[in-house]
Parts: sequence; C-alpha cells; structure tokens
Amino acid sequence: MSTVIFFIAGLGAITGAIGVIALQNPLYSVLALVGHLISLAALFLLLRAEFVAAAQVIVYAGAVMVLYVFVVSYVGNDAAPVGQNPGRAATLGAFACGAALVVELFIAVLGSGLQAIGTDGAPYVAGFGSPEQIGRLLLTRFLAPFEIASYLLLVAAVGAVTLARRRGGLDQGIEGQPPTISVADLLRPRPLGTGTMAEAGGRVEVGDQ
Amino acid sequence: MTIGWYLAVSALIFAIGAGGVLVRRNPLVILLCLELMLNAANLALIGFSRMWGNGDGQIFALIVMVVAACEVTVGLGLIVAMHRRRLPIDVDEMRELQG
Repeated sequence: MSTVIFFIAGLGAITGAIGVIALQNPLYSVLALVGHLISLAALFLLLRAEFVAAAQVIVYAGAVMVLYVFVVSYVGNDAAPVGQNPGRAATLGAFACGAALVVELFIAVLGSGLQAIGTDGAPYVAGFGSPEQIGRLLLTRFLAPFEIASYLLLVAAVGAVTLARRRGGLDQGIEGQPPTISVADLLRPRPLGTGTMAEAGGRVEVGDQ
Repeated sequence: MTIGWYLAVSALIFAIGAGGVLVRRNPLVILLCLELMLNAANLALIGFSRMWGNGDGQIFALIVMVVAACEVTVGLGLIVAMHRRRLPIDVDEMRELQG
C-alpha cells in the first residue's frame, strides 16, 4: 500500500515540478507548484513527518502560494509580456546541465555507502514526528535556531514592505533616465500622504511634485 | 519503500528546479524554481531524519521552510518594486546592480 502511495505522490511531485518550469503562464506555474507541494506532503507523511507535512500544506501550499497568486495577478498583465523564453540552444544547454546534475546527485547520494539507505529506516517509535516531539526539540535543543528564524521572518517582512511600498513621484524615475531601483529610494523623504493606506484607498490626493 | 527511493525523487526535483532557474527568464518563475530546489532539500532532510529515527532533520526542514518564506517575501517585494517603476519583469534586462 505504501508503495502505491509512494509512486502516486512521487510522480505527482515530479509532474508538478516539470509543470512549474514548462508552463508559460506564471499563474499555471504557481498552480503546478501547489500540486507539487501537496504531493510532497504525502511523501512527508510516508516518512512519518506528520507535523512537517501539515505545515507544508497549511503554510506553504496555503499562505505562501496565495502571496504568489496575488503578485502574479498584480504584475502579469497582457500589456507587458514577461519573461520571453530563451532560444533552443540555451534550453538544450540547461537540459544538459539538469541531466548532469541528476547523474551527479545520484552518484553522490546513492553511492554514498550509507548502509541504511537500502532499508526502510530506523524502527518506528510512537510519537516520532508528532507536534509534541517537534515542539520539544524546538524549545530545548534548537531554541537558538528557532529564535533566529523568527527574527529572520521579522526582518524579511519589514524589508518586503519597505521595498514594495509606494512613493509618490518616484515611480516614474528621474526624467530622461531609465527607471532604477536603488538604495537611495529607501532613504529619500516621501511627500506627505504617500505610501499610506489613505492614499491606497484614494482618500488623499497626492499633488504633483 | 526504502529511503534511497525518496532520495532519488529528491535529486530529480532538485535537478528540475536547477534547470528551471537556467531556462526561464521570468523572475516569478525563477522564485518558484528556487522553491522547488528548497523542497527537494527538505525531502532529503526528512528522508535522512527517518533513516536515523531522529527528529533533528525535521527541525532542519522547518527552518528551511522559514528561510524559503523569507526569500519569497523579499523576492516578491522586489518584483512589485520593479513593476511599480515600469521596469521590464525579465532577469536578462536587469543586468546592473546600482547602489
């Protein structure tokens, strides 16, 4: 039974991964990635990682992918086609690189001589991979990585808001020059009323600069 | 199924992700391919965790998911900033890093 589930989930994961890189519309790529993540969660369950599988489905396939869908529908309009694909030579080159990487990884992983690689793993102990075990580990042995990860999330959230927030007058760039993204944009004072929720809601008129 | 099979699937997914980073020019899809590679690493980590009967690999996988979420937020923030400035959403057009 677990063999059947493994092959279904593994094929689903690989098909989803191929779909991500082969589909032309970024929205369909995101949907393929959602399918890939859910198949991967099934594989995690087969490996007895219950908590990680649940986090994968809820956080990854749920929250992170919704963020992707928002940005794809915000950016990907038909007026400005994004990301033309490279020529045949570059595609074949990338395919060859990928194939070489597969061979290399197979040699590295399967030829590593780890004895347990041909087994089903260590004997299953009740409670392995349960939220209780993960929580216990996170709050005792891995407390420092846990705290650092939470600070990393905070920094990333603040950074994303700072990067993406709107500044009146700066969107078009400097007259006569191609538009750029630069660190100086973050330090320049913004006109009153820009970059606020009130402006986004159209309740504050931003005057000409 | 033995652990080796999971590692083989993980290697395949990683290579597909790496090929995608090389072949696509849309930064959104490149971010998705990075996700693929991180997920392949997660699968290998959880496979090894099962192999040793030890929860450490699963904690590692959770931390990798946190890092992936950070990478996504910052990457998508950059893409939104590019879109706001009417820059082409194409990694080949963004050649210069100007401070």
